[in-house]
Amino acid sequence: MDGVAQLQKQLVDFTDSLFQEGFLDEQFNQLQQLQDESNPDFVVEVVSLFFEDSERLLNELAKALEQKTIDFRKVDAHVHQFKGSSSSIGAQRVQKVCIAFRNYCEEQNIEGCLKCLQQVKLEYSLVKNKLETLFKIEKQLIAAGGSIPT
Amino acid sequence: MSSTNTENWMKDIGVLDLTGVGGGSTSAAKKITALVVDDDSVNQTIHSKMLENLGIQNQVVRNGKEAVDLHSSGNNFDLILMDMDMPVMNGIEATRKLREMGVRSIIAGVSTCTRDEREQKEFMESGLDDFQEKPLTTPKLVSILHKLNKKC
Repeated sequence: MDGVAQLQKQLVDFTDSLFQEGFLDEQFNQLQQLQDESNPDFVVEVVSLFFEDSERLLNELAKALEQKTIDFRKVDAHVHQFKGSSSSIGAQRVQKVCIAFRNYCEEQNIEGCLKCLQQVKLEYSLVKNKLETLFKIEKQLIAAGGSIPT
Repeated sequence: MSSTNTENWMKDIGVLDLTGVGGGSTSAAKKITALVVDDDSVNQTIHSKMLENLGIQNQVVRNGKEAVDLHSSGNNFDLILMDMDMPVMNGIEATRKLREMGVRSIIAGVSTCTRDEREQKEFMESGLDDFQEKPLTTPKLVSILHKLNKKC
């Protein structure tokens, strides 16, 4: 029992910290509420989709910004998509960088765009890490016989 | 817990017949159908699940053209969740086309906050019944569904 209680506390504390530090927002709660017994892996599934999409988008962005003549509309379209999916899962910090990124695209500011690309890569890897840790704790909790506190 | 919410919501908009067999069983409710039109797989998954959790049968397509084609081949839905930015045919064009085809379903535009007010206005004017900013949440979805009841 002690092990389970400890893991539960760990999970709650860790999740709280993610919200407090702005990594996640209310939208992530919405996702968790959609999960139920008939679909116990829903959040993991959606987040995995997000990871796949994001990695593809980041590659496309890097490629687009390496071109001799940059097609800012293309870059903007990718960032727009990234902004959309990150906001859908509640990845707040990623979303915020995307907003700034789009402004630089509109201004056709190459330096600004490159800076944002670095920033968004960083924020993405941070939130990816955090979410993977979150899922790991959840798995440990369930393996120990506990259930995820709602 | 989620089934109680479904029943409450359905009672609320009057599609759940409580005098039906099983007292509150959702099988007594009129089956509402929906179409999710969005090119992003994350959004597709989330919107579809939200609808499913509310007891709404739904289908997903990736762009406006697929939505139009579905209707051309005789399909019809009570509700259409239409994204704006999509390849091949975007939400504005698709909504216009569907209205031209005589589609009278509730079409709700769902889009990320556009800095372009003109584009949002154009979207509304293409024939939307409602507009919700992404990300979609269950409460936003329920508010769209209230419109469905009014139209019925």
